[in-house]
Amino acid sequence: MATKDLIPAKDFCYHHNIEYSFISSLQSSGLIKVTSIKRSVYIPLEEMHKLEKFVRLHYELDINIEGIETIHHLLNKIDDMQKELLALRNRIH
Amino acid sequence: MDFVDYYSTLGIKKTSTTDEIKKAYRKLARKHHPDVNPNDKESNKKFQQINEANEVLSDPDKRKKYDQYGKDWKHADQFANSGQAGRSAGGRGFGGQDFGGYTYASGEDSGFSDFFESLFGGARRSRQQAAYRGQDYNAELHLTLSDVYTTKKQTLTINGKNVRITIPAGVENGQVIKLKNYGSPGANGGPNGDLFITFMIKNDTSFRRDGNDLYKDEELDLYTAVLGGDKTIETLNGKIKLKVNAETQNGHKVRLKGKGFPVYKQEGVFGDLYVTWNIKLPINLTNKQKELFTELSKL
Repeated sequence: MATKDLIPAKDFCYHHNIEYSFISSLQSSGLIKVTSIKRSVYIPLEEMHKLEKFVRLHYELDINIEGIETIHHLLNKIDDMQKELLALRNRIH
Repeated sequence: MDFVDYYSTLGIKKTSTTDEIKKAYRKLARKHHPDVNPNDKESNKKFQQINEANEVLSDPDKRKKYDQYGKDWKHADQFANSGQAGRSAGGRGFGGQDFGGYTYASGEDSGFSDFFESLFGGARRSRQQAAYRGQDYNAELHLTLSDVYTTKKQTLTINGKNVRITIPAGVENGQVIKLKNYGSPGANGGPNGDLFITFMIKNDTSFRRDGNDLYKDEELDLYTAVLGGDKTIETLNGKIKLKVNAETQNGHKVRLKGKGFPVYKQEGVFGDLYVTWNIKLPINLTNKQKELFTELSKL
């Protein structure tokens, strides 16, 4: 992975005014993937959209990590079902 | 423009404390937040209303002004004349305007109602609000198989804007392409959403498509099948003459390399065309033909 596709976690925390422990908790729960290079933690660009959503859920709506995990799981499930629905509609028409 | 009852929006009493307002806002925000209701316009609208109510009621100054003048916004000019009405610094002020219908903005501006704008002017938010990415739009584009045999450009009208897109040859039925930033505008400086176009491709040809390969059943007369010869068949880019080997069996399949469907985003690369021979036996035989077949059968 090219380093241009990685955002330093400390920059992200500074920009969003959040604690690094939040990112660490998300990573421990398997909700996001981070990369470590020479003792520094980086967030892959493709994880940013998801991470920013988790930041909003936690800091604006007071939802804890367990709640975020549940919401994330249910949203993925809805997404899968919508795709399945489309495929079934295609098959009918 | 109608009066907006922020207390009822949050489902609280006029006497509610700051903590109760915060609690009510959080509860509703969790329910209608755009992150937990993707592509749900109703929830998004409701969330804007909740946000607006919270913006006013959680700010002591705004709440005071709302409680004092909110219901009487139509008589704002009277307040102004009597020296009772205050104008918010830098704002459009309070009253004296020709109000239209009550609307919530879709996101390019503040996302606040006309009522809010008229009461609090352009000063709007006293504290920093989070930027939200706009909603993603989903659209379907109906095409025929013949349409997607070649790369073509098409102009689509999306929310009043003309968007010219290139449809690469070989696109699949149900395939989705993303047009970045063509979704709903973001709120509070957030980025625009994306537009997802799903291609719905109807087969208007006699071919069956499986990925990049095409399949076709062709009738072959008995005599050509037995003795061999030539047969002209249609492909998607014109007619071609095929050599038929003598003693070709019914159901025999011939592969025509590179005569299938174009491979998506690989210019000049095509799948294969498979032709299955469907041998037709002659009917309504003449007496002479019957004699000859009888003769043949005795050999």
